[in-house]
Amino acid sequence: MAETIMLVPVRTNKQGTSLNAGKLKDEYQLVTSTVEIDPADMERLGLTTGDKVRLRSPAVETVVTCQQRKGKGSTAGMMFIAYGPPSSELMDGDTAGTGMPLSKHLLVEIEGPLAS
Amino acid sequence: MSENTKVVENATCTFCGCVCDDMDLTVDLDEHRITKAKNACVLGRAWFAEHTVEAYPAALIDGKEATTEEAVEAAAQILVNARFPIIYGMSDTTCEAQKQAVAIANYLRANIDTTTSVCHGPSGMAFQGVGESSATLGEIKNRADLVIYWGGNPAEAHPRHFTRYGVTPKGMYIPNGKKDRTMVLVDVRETPSAPVADIFLRVKPGTDFEVLWALRALVKGRTIDSSIEEKTGIPLETLEDLVERMKSCQFGVLFFGMGLTMTRGRHFNSGALLALASDLNEFTHFVANPVRGHGNVTGADNVVSWQTGYPFGVNFNRGYPRFNPGEFTTADVLARGEADAACIIASDPASNFSRPAIEHLMKIPVITFDPKPSVTSKLAKVAFTTATYGINVPGTVYRMDDVPITLRPAFESPYPSDEDVLTAIKNRILELKAAA
Repeated sequence: MAETIMLVPVRTNKQGTSLNAGKLKDEYQLVTSTVEIDPADMERLGLTTGDKVRLRSPAVETVVTCQQRKGKGSTAGMMFIAYGPPSSELMDGDTAGTGMPLSKHLLVEIEGPLAS
Repeated sequence: MSENTKVVENATCTFCGCVCDDMDLTVDLDEHRITKAKNACVLGRAWFAEHTVEAYPAALIDGKEATTEEAVEAAAQILVNARFPIIYGMSDTTCEAQKQAVAIANYLRANIDTTTSVCHGPSGMAFQGVGESSATLGEIKNRADLVIYWGGNPAEAHPRHFTRYGVTPKGMYIPNGKKDRTMVLVDVRETPSAPVADIFLRVKPGTDFEVLWALRALVKGRTIDSSIEEKTGIPLETLEDLVERMKSCQFGVLFFGMGLTMTRGRHFNSGALLALASDLNEFTHFVANPVRGHGNVTGADNVVSWQTGYPFGVNFNRGYPRFNPGEFTTADVLARGEADAACIIASDPASNFSRPAIEHLMKIPVITFDPKPSVTSKLAKVAFTTATYGINVPGTVYRMDDVPITLRPAFESPYPSDEDVLTAIKNRILELKAAA
């Protein structure tokens, strides 16, 4: 099952501490390839924490691991991922003449759970 | 830990734009590592603990070990022979290194851009269009009784911003700290910063501009329709209450982050917030400050501005500096496949840029400067290992409020500084151009 959801790349403590250890290290790779999804969206999509999902923008797709969001308040319709290579490559190369690619609020198609 | 230790007092953490300069670092001089960083936040502790002296080659050329001198020669040859070289990054190095990078761009008639272009670049454009009513963080600490964070999550990105500058510290005219302040947070979700806020406004994604413009209208006494809630997620009464608080405070501040600059509207969002701050000065004292990410990204803005007249996205191709975001900004230059060589200083665009930009980076000779291997250094033709600024290298950095701070390094590194390598490359470029 695939549907379009807004992806919001964000900063997290773990992303900040793991990038100091090194961007080529396992922890940073894990932190930046884990997407947090609202419990209601997880249930509707038939996902459980640890499932692999495919995120697809018009030109690029990447596979990440999903995790149920623990924060307060509903964020249905939005997913959150720590900034890193998987989120960045989903951005469009065009900056609309500003120099800044739209790096948040990316509309991506999510497909999963993928067979492991 | 050995017994050969020293303490460096009032050292500076250069991990983020807070540039906290009250670190007391315990340094193991035999093991070349910082074993304790008193006063550091969770990010600062990781910054100091993880930057040790590791056994990386001084330089790599085509993935093979090389001396720094060999790599300087290779880098200079690449840059001199390029028709459209770009120099990019510079947010995690000293102002002294940034000066050398601008000089190289000038001599090469190259393109020079900093990570600001994919950070607060839109705010830089808005500053030029709208103006900036700002203050130092010290002034804010001592005076601000209304603090609004818009589109940012300091609890995770700038953990000491609340405690050192914006929310809890006691100030000259704020004797009771947080009790004397009202803190408002505006974001699309309840982040770990939300519990600190007295008022949390959850705005619908992509409607920051509408909220800011509605606030401007209310400040000017205009009528706003109650349908604003349906559009933005924020009830009209809440906006009216916020406007009353803004107009009646003694000293207000709007801190703003990537939630404005990286979303639809970009520089219009930043411009709307800056205009709101200006409008409020008809009633009280109000300022707006961007919350900056990297430790010396503000220094990069300053140095590039001093030397070219523009803060980022500068091109010397015609022999004089030109500024045009979208044309001379690196994300665009690479995505359009224009540059034929790239000098990447203290940044990692292969992690942060779009796929088309990275694909072009993989086709051209790339030179990197980094204390640790990065995604970009892995694809570089010439990769320098350099010493870490602030930990090994002295110099100057700018805090996010444009206050310059002198670094107090903790221990020596066997690797050269970015400034040393850039100076050597610059000198070799001048020799090669003179001989041509």
